Amino acid sequence: MTLIEQFPVLLVTIGVFSALTILVLGWRTKRSCFFISAATISVQFIMALFILNHVLTVGTIHYWLGGWSPPWGIEYVVDALNAYILVIVLFIGLICAIYAKRSVEHEIKERKHIPFYTLFQLLVAGMCGVVVTGDIFNLYVFYEVVSLTAYALIASAGGRAFRASYTYLIMGSIGICFYVLGVGFLYAVTGSLNMHDVSLLLPPLYGNRVVQAAFVFFFTGLSIKLGLFPLHMWKPDVYTYSPSGISVILSAAMSTVTVYVLIRVIYSVFTLEFIRSYVGMDITICWIAAIGIIAGSVLAIMQHNLKRMLAYSSISQMGYFVLGIGLSPISSWGLLGAVAHLSNHTIMKGCLFMAAGAFIYKYGLRDIRDFEGLGKKMPYASAAFTLAAISMIGVPPSAGFVTKLFLIFASLHSTDVFYGYAYVFVAVILLSSLLNLVYFWRVIERMYFVKTEEELNGGIKEGDAPMSMLMPMLILAALSIVIGMLWLTKIPLPFIADVLSELGLGGLP
Amino acid sequence: MVELMTPLFVILCPALAAPLILLFDKKPNIREGWTIAAGIATFALVLSMIPPILDEEVITCTFFQTLFEGVACGFKVDAFGLIFALTSSSLWILVSFYSIGYMRSLKEHAQTRFFFSFALAIFGAMGIALSANLLTMFIFYEILTVSTYPLVIHDQTPEALSAGRKYFAYLLTSGVFLLFAVMMTYTLTDTTDFTNGGIPSLGTAPRLTLVILFFCFLLGFLKAAWMPFHSWLPTAMVAPTPVSALLHAVAVVKAGVFGIVRVVCYIYGVDLMRELYVLNEQLTLGLILAGIAGFTMIVANLFAIAQDNLKRRLAYSTISQLSYIILGAALLTQDGIRGAMMHIPFHGYMKITLFLCAGAIMVVTGKRNISEMAGVGKIMPRTMLAFTITAFGMIGIPPAVGFISKWYLCLGTLEGGDIMMIFLFVLLVASLLDVVYFFPIIHIAFFKEPEGAGKEVEVKEAPLFMLIPLVITAVFSVIFFLAFVLRPVEMLSPYVDILSLYVYKLVGIAVENVIA
Repeated sequence: MTLIEQFPVLLVTIGVFSALTILVLGWRTKRSCFFISAATISVQFIMALFILNHVLTVGTIHYWLGGWSPPWGIEYVVDALNAYILVIVLFIGLICAIYAKRSVEHEIKERKHIPFYTLFQLLVAGMCGVVVTGDIFNLYVFYEVVSLTAYALIASAGGRAFRASYTYLIMGSIGICFYVLGVGFLYAVTGSLNMHDVSLLLPPLYGNRVVQAAFVFFFTGLSIKLGLFPLHMWKPDVYTYSPSGISVILSAAMSTVTVYVLIRVIYSVFTLEFIRSYVGMDITICWIAAIGIIAGSVLAIMQHNLKRMLAYSSISQMGYFVLGIGLSPISSWGLLGAVAHLSNHTIMKGCLFMAAGAFIYKYGLRDIRDFEGLGKKMPYASAAFTLAAISMIGVPPSAGFVTKLFLIFASLHSTDVFYGYAYVFVAVILLSSLLNLVYFWRVIERMYFVKTEEELNGGIKEGDAPMSMLMPMLILAALSIVIGMLWLTKIPLPFIADVLSELGLGGLP
Repeated sequence: MVELMTPLFVILCPALAAPLILLFDKKPNIREGWTIAAGIATFALVLSMIPPILDEEVITCTFFQTLFEGVACGFKVDAFGLIFALTSSSLWILVSFYSIGYMRSLKEHAQTRFFFSFALAIFGAMGIALSANLLTMFIFYEILTVSTYPLVIHDQTPEALSAGRKYFAYLLTSGVFLLFAVMMTYTLTDTTDFTNGGIPSLGTAPRLTLVILFFCFLLGFLKAAWMPFHSWLPTAMVAPTPVSALLHAVAVVKAGVFGIVRVVCYIYGVDLMRELYVLNEQLTLGLILAGIAGFTMIVANLFAIAQDNLKRRLAYSTISQLSYIILGAALLTQDGIRGAMMHIPFHGYMKITLFLCAGAIMVVTGKRNISEMAGVGKIMPRTMLAFTITAFGMIGIPPAVGFISKWYLCLGTLEGGDIMMIFLFVLLVASLLDVVYFFPIIHIAFFKEPEGAGKEVEVKEAPLFMLIPLVITAVFSVIFFLAFVLRPVEMLSPYVDILSLYVYKLVGIAVENVIA
């Protein structure tokens, strides 16, 4: 067993130990918290890169905890999909840690800094755990680590964040309960918790009502955690009132992880055969997604608070993922769309929330109607916001465009199965990009083009956010174009082929 | 097929100029220097592509293969694309000079943003001209839409902002249709390449699908401003005049008609356009397209008559003239397509002169409305002379070149025969309406005494930065005409061809490519 094959478990343990270290060392010097946190996540990120490289060149990593062979012991499985998610999550975690430094000083009382960084570190470690594990119950454990730390971190902003956090706590717990119920049902019929093992034992039981109920529990539970419309009630408040850095990591990394879990459960535990054996399952998922896409966008148009608008935009974006997942039994382009959107959405939403945080940090601006002249006051933060927003709208060759392209193509390929409805999904995707235009351009127009009184008087002062907040934003903004171009090329093709074959889907037509 | 990097360099010039312009925000002279340098470099590079094309070669330049099998992101320069590229790149240089004069005379704000967006818009337009397939074209098409937005709302008045919203509402919605059409084409044929004579496998798809697809394409190329979806164009005239001149008379709107011609001749192909029908077999797609174009030609001209604001009148004239090009393509005959392709550069040169004149009048006298322009001809004789010549050209009277493209369009209608003959009358009526709205301007400018007459009027032309470009474009619209007349003379023909940028030869090659 090479060193790299140990990395999955090391990722998690390093994270947990680092959280403890922050707790201990933080009492001595408060300033060390940030450095330990950033250093740990950088190390984890580099490890993730090695894992990705190893997985793509050598093959899937299997790590048996304590040497217990599965299905008795817990197994960590890292294939192309997990490795990719790991890289995304740790990348955004790193960038977010750097970004959060100044905003934490600004938003959170000083005595709470040490717990904040401890919890942040635990959150990242938990997300790594969710991603690397190959055991559905172990996944639940890590997911609870993530959720509980998230509740606390949201509440750390104080004030209205308490209520938001509490709502999320209730909703999230219901969601995770559904997940555990699903796990329990599967365990009851198969006697196994190992994903691979369960997927091997399930096929004869596909007709079993318990298995079908388990699927619905999984889907509903994860939908609540995703904030898929209409189960999104917790999301706007949480994203609006949590500290800037936490909004970033929740929207960018945590939703990515949840989508990953959904893909994993549907395609690695239940497998494609299960979905196919139920007529109407795929189209139901697609319809839910389509409604979510439109509803989220329409609700976003109605908002005045920037972060709340972005939250509704996230709700709409979750629909893209689920639509991609729903289309993938018919066309592998659907899954490609979802998988590509994992990176795209992380980059775009991360950047947007960072910019929104920077506006609050510098001028306390939350309401879009107060944004006049912001393009002049904070040129770089506004530019980053604009690039990411253009990407969300889906102007080529940005990242958002690529997602749209893949999903449209998947929908067009599904005409044999969905008939005319396939065109409905195409229309939904296209309409949603227009709705995105409406709510994002409103902001951009205010920032850059509406003349302000200060401007007319000629007295606008430039005062952008600090460098440690700007750099992460600008990197993400640049990536939103670069990654878009990258997905268009043939470069990710080997990776895509790996992911598709591991999930049992056919190659790209 | 020649594999060359030139097309890449062509779009790199404006693409690199854009950040440089931003960088030299505080030094206006160097900033404008970049624009001019990029303009000249772009034009020179485009010129360098003429010889291989004249040898009936095709220049290809592939960036990368996309995930979509059989679709590469890349450029393929053929005669038709080169015509559009030549038109926009040559006019960009002239308009850049003009913009410098215009923006500085009016002491406009946000000049850096203006030149930055302008360079990006040219980047988009050149990309459209040189694209090898629909997907690449779509990418540049959207870039063009987004980059022209800051130019439209340049004034930042509430009026300009609402014009900008309208601009986006129309053009990005149309982009959505185009995206659908592109993906649908790919789903049907596994390719989106522009192919001479149309994509062969497209014909096997169901008729109704193809008809709907065609309408999606038409809606997608809304930049052609065909009626009833034209109203964004007159509204966008709130932009500074150089923008209206280059983008809303040449680059943006021509990108729309360019796209339509591409779809008619290189995606569907002439034969398929004749075969496909709606409702009954008489009503072919070609006829429907011609009908839309004919309707637009007449109605837009009627609208033009009612306008008092000179730029708005010119905008409606543009809408009408764009439909000449669409009509030419819709006739599906050799001469029709020839007329359409010729009209792209010719109308570009003429209409840009008219807009530049309108801008010059505005800068010198501050007048925007035609009714106030009494006696302008005496104040600005050179400008108004250029205006008059090119206005004649728009109507179709020599010595400006508009006559020739119209002549071919008329021949095309006759060649079309049958029901297409109707469009001969449509063409002639539209030309007559051109007279109705252009002659009053000339009349007012030269022959109507200004109020409070009696004083000696001083001749006061616009700054040379503005005057020279508009004189050059006017002269060129005459040169194109002379070139056509003199080409048959063997001794002169090589020189004449060079002088007319080989437009006639290029059009000849392009027409031969698409129709037997």
